[in-house]
Amino acid sequence: MNVLTMTTRDTVAANQLERSSFAGGKSSATCMLTIENLTVTFDGIKAVDGLNLSVAQDELRVIIGPNGAGKTTLLDMICGKTRPTGGRIEFDGIDLGKLPEHKIVRAGVGRKFQTPSVYDDLSVSENLEISIPEGRGVLGCLLFRSTAAVRGRIEQVAEDVFLRSHLSMKAGKLSHGQKQWLEIGMLLMQNPRLLLLDEPVAGMSARERDQTAELLKRIAAGRSLIVIEHDMEFVKKIASKVTVLHQGRLLAEGDVDTVQRDERVIDVYLGH
Amino acid sequence: MSTIGTRGASSLWTFAAMAVLLLVVFPLSLDAFRLDLMSKYLSFAFVAVGIVLAWGYGGILSLGQGIFFGLGGYMMAMFLKLEASAPELPDFMVWSSVEQLPTWWLPFKSFAATLALIVVLPVVTAFPFAYAIFRKRVGGVYFAIVTLALALTMTVLIVGQQGDTGGANGITDFSTLLGMDILSDESKMVLYLIESLLLLVVMAAALFVIRSRLGKVLIAIRDREDRVRFSGYDTALIKAAVFALAALFSSIGGALYSLQTGLIAPSIVGVVASVEMVIYAAVGGRLSVYGAVLGAIFIGFMKSYLSENFPEIWLYFLGALFIGVVLFMPNGLAGLLDRVRLEAWRRALAK
Repeated sequence: MNVLTMTTRDTVAANQLERSSFAGGKSSATCMLTIENLTVTFDGIKAVDGLNLSVAQDELRVIIGPNGAGKTTLLDMICGKTRPTGGRIEFDGIDLGKLPEHKIVRAGVGRKFQTPSVYDDLSVSENLEISIPEGRGVLGCLLFRSTAAVRGRIEQVAEDVFLRSHLSMKAGKLSHGQKQWLEIGMLLMQNPRLLLLDEPVAGMSARERDQTAELLKRIAAGRSLIVIEHDMEFVKKIASKVTVLHQGRLLAEGDVDTVQRDERVIDVYLGH
Repeated sequence: MSTIGTRGASSLWTFAAMAVLLLVVFPLSLDAFRLDLMSKYLSFAFVAVGIVLAWGYGGILSLGQGIFFGLGGYMMAMFLKLEASAPELPDFMVWSSVEQLPTWWLPFKSFAATLALIVVLPVVTAFPFAYAIFRKRVGGVYFAIVTLALALTMTVLIVGQQGDTGGANGITDFSTLLGMDILSDESKMVLYLIESLLLLVVMAAALFVIRSRLGKVLIAIRDREDRVRFSGYDTALIKAAVFALAALFSSIGGALYSLQTGLIAPSIVGVVASVEMVIYAAVGGRLSVYGAVLGAIFIGFMKSYLSENFPEIWLYFLGALFIGVVLFMPNGLAGLLDRVRLEAWRRALAK
């Protein structure tokens, strides 16, 4: 178990080195995630159909599309919740298609679900603590010590996700928006290189949305993010590049304005 | 942080109180007959502590803990029986015209090997079995049914192989351990004290698990197992490990049971017994290690009392108690105590 977490950490470290060397010039060339010809069939219906997509390092990509376009299914396949029927998902040179969920996480992929999934019976601080990558084996868990460094990191992340004053509160008592933040915080504890966020601002007030937009932009540095979102105002705030899915296929890709003016996109959203 | 400090101190006091109760109060206040019964209840407390970990924290409901209780109980009884009947074969083998000691009995000629197997065997059987099942994402009520079926299978197997296992009568008629009489009052007292110490060790181990990160991960698994996988944990591995630990506790309890009652039989390790063990933990409080021990003592005492005085109503009472606890006291006796304590606090503060 230890070996695995070590390698994950090492690659993260190596990656950070690599990133710093790119710091001068903007590097959009390195591909973090490459999806080729991805297909999944549920009872004969193709939820995702021959999809090709690539996300670069340091990129924040937003995926939009009408209901049933296959957005959530796409994230499910990347993080291993759903197994593809065909095609290939490659993350940083690793084929994710065959790995169990926990190994995909250990490889550096973090997932936030559509309905906020936090552990209601644990406090905010405990929720963050068990998301720390070190000590995920049975013995590792038993011997894990909450050191000053660990507590410092928990407080730092709690600060980042606006929950610094709620550390000892049970997660079940948080508001919907705060649960969304907590789940993002749990992902940050894992220090993933690819974050998959499914509707991160659902159920949030306008002010909370603004805060979240800032948060996402901040955490995108040094990582890749894929965000599913419906709220176009929010999308405009965060996205450089938008991918539009429709019936499991790629409909359009480009910056927000281009996509919004695209005839086919307008047609899909308003036409039917 | 200070709250954790005081909680740690108060739980140390609770543990000390429990130790005093087991090691001082019971031995001094109970007569030889009642203390003997107490030893029996305490052997079930080992199982209940395991159930608190597996079910209360990990959400793994096993209706087959009797299997592991039986493993420990039978292994100890086999050793004692071989000692009692040496150099002849055990009497039930002779009755079934078994002429040679079955090979799988041979390790139980040695006390050291028997003790080692009591510890090792439940772990090496429970862990791979549970891991294989949890990896297939079988859990919840389906896992409970599988364990229930296994408990039934084990009883049928034991009863059917009379020549090797003593059949429905079980293994009985032994009275010495390494030449020492185990039925005299003094040695019963010694065994009781050893059992209490072992129980305290098991309780401390369980409390350590609950306090560690593993305890938090178990709660998380109980509430949202799929999410825990996406925090990077192999949940099947962790659940199997806890199940194996609960099996180990049960086996130790079973071994002590045989040693103290001079008897082990299929009816003590079968389906009904296994379900009763879950009720101990539920009544005591499935989130409380202390509650589990008190639950085992309380139900054991009620069982003795009621079956002495009103033998026919015992099972009705047990059923009613279980329903009552599930309906009105989801956290069992321990939850009730907590509520009383909280109320006392509030009154003290109001003054």
